Amino acid sequence: MGTVAHVLAVNPVPARSQMGSSLGFHIILACFGVAFAAVTMTAEWIGIRRGDAAALLLARRWSKVMAVLVAVGAVSGTVLSYEMGLLWPGLMGRFGSAIGVPFSLEGIFFFLEAIFVGVYLYGWQRLPPWLHWWSGMPIVVAGILGAVSVVAANSWMNTPAGYALSDGKITSVDPVSVFFNDSTPYETAHMVLAAYMVTGFLVAGVYAVGLLRGRRDRYHRLGFAIPFTIAGIAAPLQVMMGDIIARYIAHSQPVKFAAMEYVPTTGRDIPEWLGGLLINGHVYFGASVPAFDSILVGFNPHTVVIGWDSVPPDQRPPLPILIHLSFDLMVGLGFFLFALAAWQGWWWWFHRRLLLTPWFLVPSALGGVAAVTAMEAGWVVTEVGRQPWIVYRVLLVGDAVTPSGGVPVTLGVILVLYAILTAVSIGIPMIMSRRWRRGAAAEEEAEQVPYGPPPAGASLAGSPAPPAAPRAPSGGPEAG
Amino acid sequence: MNPSPEAIAVATILIVVIAAYALFGGADFGGGIWDLLAGSAERGAAPRELIDESITPVWEANHVWLVFILVLTWTAFPPAFAAIMTALFVPLSVSALGIVLRGAGFAFRHTAHRLQIQQLTGATFAAASLITPYFMGTVVGAITTGQVPVHPAGNVLAAWTSPTAILTGFLFVAACAYISAIYLVLEARQRGHENLVRYFSVRATAAGVLTGALAGGTFAELSNSAPYVFHRLTGIALPLVAVSIAAGIAVLGMLWLRWHHVLFLRATAAIAVAAVVFGWGLAQYPYLFPTSVSLVAGSAPTPSLDAEFVVAGLAVLLVAPGFAVLYFLQQRRMLTAAESDADLRLAAQLALPLPGQPAAASASAENRMTTALVLVMLAIRAVRDVFSPPGHQRRR
Repeated sequence: MGTVAHVLAVNPVPARSQMGSSLGFHIILACFGVAFAAVTMTAEWIGIRRGDAAALLLARRWSKVMAVLVAVGAVSGTVLSYEMGLLWPGLMGRFGSAIGVPFSLEGIFFFLEAIFVGVYLYGWQRLPPWLHWWSGMPIVVAGILGAVSVVAANSWMNTPAGYALSDGKITSVDPVSVFFNDSTPYETAHMVLAAYMVTGFLVAGVYAVGLLRGRRDRYHRLGFAIPFTIAGIAAPLQVMMGDIIARYIAHSQPVKFAAMEYVPTTGRDIPEWLGGLLINGHVYFGASVPAFDSILVGFNPHTVVIGWDSVPPDQRPPLPILIHLSFDLMVGLGFFLFALAAWQGWWWWFHRRLLLTPWFLVPSALGGVAAVTAMEAGWVVTEVGRQPWIVYRVLLVGDAVTPSGGVPVTLGVILVLYAILTAVSIGIPMIMSRRWRRGAAAEEEAEQVPYGPPPAGASLAGSPAPPAAPRAPSGGPEAG
Repeated sequence: MNPSPEAIAVATILIVVIAAYALFGGADFGGGIWDLLAGSAERGAAPRELIDESITPVWEANHVWLVFILVLTWTAFPPAFAAIMTALFVPLSVSALGIVLRGAGFAFRHTAHRLQIQQLTGATFAAASLITPYFMGTVVGAITTGQVPVHPAGNVLAAWTSPTAILTGFLFVAACAYISAIYLVLEARQRGHENLVRYFSVRATAAGVLTGALAGGTFAELSNSAPYVFHRLTGIALPLVAVSIAAGIAVLGMLWLRWHHVLFLRATAAIAVAAVVFGWGLAQYPYLFPTSVSLVAGSAPTPSLDAEFVVAGLAVLLVAPGFAVLYFLQQRRMLTAAESDADLRLAAQLALPLPGQPAAASASAENRMTTALVLVMLAIRAVRDVFSPPGHQRRR
């Protein structure tokens, strides 16, 4: 394949791969940073409000998982900040003063999130129940606003605005126009909904497995219902949002849209391709709906859709097959998740109880994986689709990449390290849940001691008051 | 041409943020270093537990200062940021790697059960705590000596392997260990662990002496590697150097006399470190890279600097009270990781039949679900209303 050889021959490929894999890894954890607090707090709210022990226990355990995921997310996010400069000095040197504005705001929200994560995760024991619940609220708000800020920076790369150039140097910046560029409302809403879907469907999937294995108590039903409801509310909104965004991209970034939908030449009555491989200008193995792409773009079969012949070949994104199939995958999985949510909603509407048949639970157990895959595919579409530009129609990726020769090495290190971190991030909650099921007192106790020998010797030898001893007898949320 | 007041103001904010990271993030690195040096699992259990307790709830918030340093630099001084990131690719990559390993090791350690795994994750955390500040120090050393080219063609090995850079790296490690040991003396005192007060007093003294020696060595080395900075350090920035030395000696005196006043000891140790950071900033003025890139040449357009000013204002309004709450709760020991009995009580409660009326509970669940569905429908309408007009009308 000529295109692959072309891509591999271009210099920025190791840097792009490193950025892509770092972002692809971080984004999953970032979803938990954005949305997990809301899921946990919903459980806590039910728990405090109704004195529901199952809901409270879920909330406490989720916050333990959150402690791990948010910590790994915080450091992998820092790596991305480094990589903005390490890999793309040409971008930061020229446009840092513009793209830095949304990132600076994100810094504020990251601060607030990190501060209140500290309070919420470690305040369970000694803060009064409702005060503890409210201490989580800044995490929810800062999570959403932080996501909006970061994605606004990415939107700026798609639709740059709010700066003036002379001799290739930025001479003036309008911070408000940078932040609220044309793509900001679309991309940010899409990503925040995606975060809630990923988190909700992943957590619900865990309890769907438990329900399938016959653990049908209230603990498991709630553990499924709370995150599934949250994700299920986001799913239809996301499908609608996606439809609006696709139409918007057809106008704002027509070349990206042409690659997403296989539109080689500008024209009317453009067919909608489902699947298919584009080889030498022909689509093989694909199903096409005549004129449907034109209808989707302009509600009329005669709507003109711009093809990639509108720009010279060196300004077209590489790998249209990857972009198109990723787009189809994202849309397909989005509809799948929407269908799951609608199914459960339908059942609840008419029967007023949870639908828990295997026919429903098996796909639900896979819902989390589907949501993650859809989100990653979406990032592939938007990032690969913008190529060869790093700032659309302003700066080429090749002009932004670092001249340092060490990128293949750091790429290798990142790949190995993130593979390990992924395995551990999945493994730890699994080990935790196994431990919780066993429920042995000694086991849970030992969990608290950072690398001490067996629990008896772990408390401060020879000191009068070991720190774990003075546990407040009251004040735990279970009192409420 | 003099730098604009905005550029000076944002450079000052940057120095303040760097000082904050040195004091808070640096202390957490130091905790990792003492964890590394605490010896076998048996012997090191007590100090490790104290370190862990004092770091766990706050380290993430302390870590964000670093993100702020990066973002502030690239927004306010983009050309300098690009040059630093290119020329110092290697030490910066290693420090980024150290940050990942440290955070992951720390997070995973809390959930590890078997002693071997705890030791592996703990060692990862501790070793990364040593590596990261060292390489950050070499970066600062390279910038100070003016060995970062304006338009680097790639990694510049000589910049971060010069004697000054290496000495600065060691100085950073020692300073982290020093500030952390001071905080840990106070943490131990507040918890009434006299053994640990002695334990960390000895270490704080040793680290303090070592930090002073390394600072002296770096200072002497600067006289030939960075004449401009040395000249200013012995000129206009001399008062700050003197304050730092005086504060450092005062801390050693307080430790010697066992006068562990929480506020005074902490503040004096912080002044000793912060004064050096401010002195460094003042000595570099008006250069970002002495003496090749000045603030005038390296600054972003004024609106970006103003935006950073607004962000700093927001930080003071929003983040400062947040930190106050966090540190207040942590000092009052309201934030604890230990909660297992409460979990077990809850789990035990689950086994009993639920009190109350299940029928009422399910009715209210119905109401809630219905409300949720109505809200969804309203939200769908709202989103349609907001977004569809341009979608309908724009044509090609």
